[in-house]
Amino acid sequence: MADLRIAALTKAFGGTPILRGVELVVSSGSLVAILGASGSGKTTLLRLLSGFERADSGTIEIGGQRVSGPSLHIPPERRRIGYVAQEGSLFPHLTVGENVVFGLSRAERRNPVKAEALLESVGLPASYAVRPPQELSGGEQQRVALARALAPAPKLVLLDEPFSALDAALRLETRQAVAVALAAAGATALLVTHDQSEALSMGMEVAVLRNGVLAQVAPPEELYRRPVDAALAQFVGEAVLLPGVASAGFVACALGRLALARPGADGPVEVMVRPEQIRLEPVARIGTVKAKVLAIAYFGHDASVEMLLEADTMPVTVRVAGHMAPRPETEAWLSVEGVVMAYPRSAPLVELPLPLASGKSPADKQRAFTATN
Amino acid sequence: MTLAASAIGKNAAAFGPRAAPAPLVAAAIFASALVVLPIGFTIIQATGVSARDAVDLLVRPLVGRLLFNTVGLIVAASATCAFIGAAAAWFVERTDLPGRKVWGVLAVAPLAVPPFISSYAWVSLSNSLQDFAGALVVITCAYYPLVYLPVAAALRGLDPALEETARSLGQTTWGCFFRVVLPQLRPALYGGVLLVALDTLTEFGAFSLLRFRTFTTELYAQYRTGLDGPESSLLALVLVALCVACLIGELKVRGGGRYARVGAGTRRNSRLAPLAWTRWPALAGFAALILGTLGVPLGMVGYWLLQHASAATSPVAPSLPLLLAATLASVGYGLAGAAAAVLLAAPLGYITTRYPSRWTVLLERTAYLAQGVPGIVVALALISLTVQLIRPLYQSAILLVFAYAILFLPFALVSVRAAMAQVPRGLEEAARSLGLGWFAVARRVLAPLTGPGLGAGATIVFVFVATELTSTLLLAPIGTRTLATEVWANTSTLAFAAAAPFAAVMLLISLLSTWLLANRLGAVAFAGRD
Repeated sequence: MADLRIAALTKAFGGTPILRGVELVVSSGSLVAILGASGSGKTTLLRLLSGFERADSGTIEIGGQRVSGPSLHIPPERRRIGYVAQEGSLFPHLTVGENVVFGLSRAERRNPVKAEALLESVGLPASYAVRPPQELSGGEQQRVALARALAPAPKLVLLDEPFSALDAALRLETRQAVAVALAAAGATALLVTHDQSEALSMGMEVAVLRNGVLAQVAPPEELYRRPVDAALAQFVGEAVLLPGVASAGFVACALGRLALARPGADGPVEVMVRPEQIRLEPVARIGTVKAKVLAIAYFGHDASVEMLLEADTMPVTVRVAGHMAPRPETEAWLSVEGVVMAYPRSAPLVELPLPLASGKSPADKQRAFTATN
Repeated sequence: MTLAASAIGKNAAAFGPRAAPAPLVAAAIFASALVVLPIGFTIIQATGVSARDAVDLLVRPLVGRLLFNTVGLIVAASATCAFIGAAAAWFVERTDLPGRKVWGVLAVAPLAVPPFISSYAWVSLSNSLQDFAGALVVITCAYYPLVYLPVAAALRGLDPALEETARSLGQTTWGCFFRVVLPQLRPALYGGVLLVALDTLTEFGAFSLLRFRTFTTELYAQYRTGLDGPESSLLALVLVALCVACLIGELKVRGGGRYARVGAGTRRNSRLAPLAWTRWPALAGFAALILGTLGVPLGMVGYWLLQHASAATSPVAPSLPLLLAATLASVGYGLAGAAAAVLLAAPLGYITTRYPSRWTVLLERTAYLAQGVPGIVVALALISLTVQLIRPLYQSAILLVFAYAILFLPFALVSVRAAMAQVPRGLEEAARSLGLGWFAVARRVLAPLTGPGLGAGATIVFVFVATELTSTLLLAPIGTRTLATEVWANTSTLAFAAAAPFAAVMLLISLLSTWLLANRLGAVAFAGRD
């Protein structure tokens, strides 16, 4: 396995720029998730890496070997990059076993043990080798596709939304199986997804692709806790945004005086608090603010509560454990746990469409995410 | 590879987001150019006539008579084919006619009988069946399935909910048929009728045997008497213009019809109308139809086969070596023509499915143009072309194979394209990311997956070539005789018994191949004639 270096990569289709200078370094053996809304250029990035498309400019190096650059374009078959497509793309005319060993030499293909060993490496029974791929479930097909991609010991494995076509239960199980298989193979892998929970749970690092550039590359916790700007905060999870004034490492806002995760310049700022950082308390304490419950979306394990602060006209979203959900129209006191982020506010705060208690739909979220860029 | 890729890369805008590999583009352009070649050459030859002469040549009794004959036959045959084809389709698809599955197969089978064999059968049955009446009978028998197939498909695709809605709004059975069913069948019906018209325009052998004068027979006569020149080219262009008009019309109605059927999801099947006592006349009608379309050709060939050789009223007595040689020639040219057509169609089908853009659509449409160019026009153009420019190719086997490839490229292309479109691009990309070069991808992924489709295309072309008469007659190397030319030669001299063995073998090849298509190569097979 090898490391991957992408520098100043650009690509346009018919004059419309898709990638505008992507920079990324993936160290050997790690799994990086590329998170992006649809149309952000995720798939284009993978297709440039695998060599199905030709980059307009910039370079791609895999294990120190340049595969794409000015007047250089190594064809896909010579890059040694495993590719797992969204729909698996198993060859329908071959058995599962024949699919798995497809990229191996003729001699290795003849060895029946090889396919069985590869199937077991992705957690599938060896007996599947003789079955036609159509008989497998979607999740199993994806695992076969991964085994096929890993078989020729590629330098890098690319996974293009491999779980998006699966239903929720199967997705979780397949994700785990894939993560285990990738770790066992010590593969350097790039996972493209639009699902933020998938990116956060699977990636050792998450790179957010936005408008053709990587907005932030960071470990999942860093990305979630300390997103570089407000739009990113809203894209990765839910965010409560409030106006505030920063001074000496703290910020004063409608939720009180909060400690800053990254103290910056003093002055007017936009404060970002995660809904689960806000706690509901039955009685007033020092540092709590009074609020009224407007609406509740109950999900079972937790609930999203929309609260109107007494001191403000803007509602905030609070996430509480399911059994702690308050009743509508009751009052409660809010406190904030942990540190918060603040972003310099030059212009007045953008009036975003008010999130309903249930949180925004992914489409709304994407719209807001791209609109503020 | 990299050089070629970078050279074509500059044309990326012209070929969509991704550029097709240069050799494939070149091969596709070659195939399309080959189709344009005969038409182009005919046009160039026709320009040898001054405008005034052209008017004189076109506005004269002969052209009038040919037009009258041709158009008259087309109008009559369209009506009979539309009626028989649509009625048969309705009975098979929508009624409880006993044995409707069998009738459905038998109704399509006449497509496997070459029209000039059918014409040989009718002529040898009765000499009175000549000229217009004979032509109408033969054309109807041969081509009504061209209406039957699309109308039957449309009937299967109709949403019964629409009819039920009409009934609930107070329509009677007949009102429902005329106001709801028929309008929806119209695209299929018109498309089928236009195909009948197109095939009537291009048919030669059947009319020649029936002594019915049309453009094709006239062109042949002019060539035979050495009168072919710019005048012939002009006449050929009139014919091509009529054909292309039919072709464009067919494309238009078919396009509209197809879209109308899209997006239906799963439907209930329509309720079958009970026929009650009317099933007896219906059965009698089907029996008569099959008797005329299959019984007469098969029966007459069988009858003449059993006659003593002395009944062969010609010096060309049937001999086994002759039969064997003709069979081998037909099969050999059939295989060569099929291989050539599929080879030409493959790159075209590949780039039109993988790199769709207006340029590839243009290339594809150009190739389909071959359907509108009658065999006689292609053959005459190729003869003039080789005689004037490439003498060594004149009357060579290669030229004949090229002529077949040009004529039947559309049929190969339909199958190839359907097969290629069914292979998701992801499969090729998966193979390439696993380290396979383009040739290995073609061998290990494309070939196995498109094999049945390509086989179907090749089989269709094989049947057409093995039974092809016009171009073979004009272009075959001296001494080469195929089954078709033997039947033609013997029948022209009224040696019906002598023609019978050749006709029998032809029918055998045709019916066997059609059976193979229907049973082994799947439904893709019939797409070519649908």
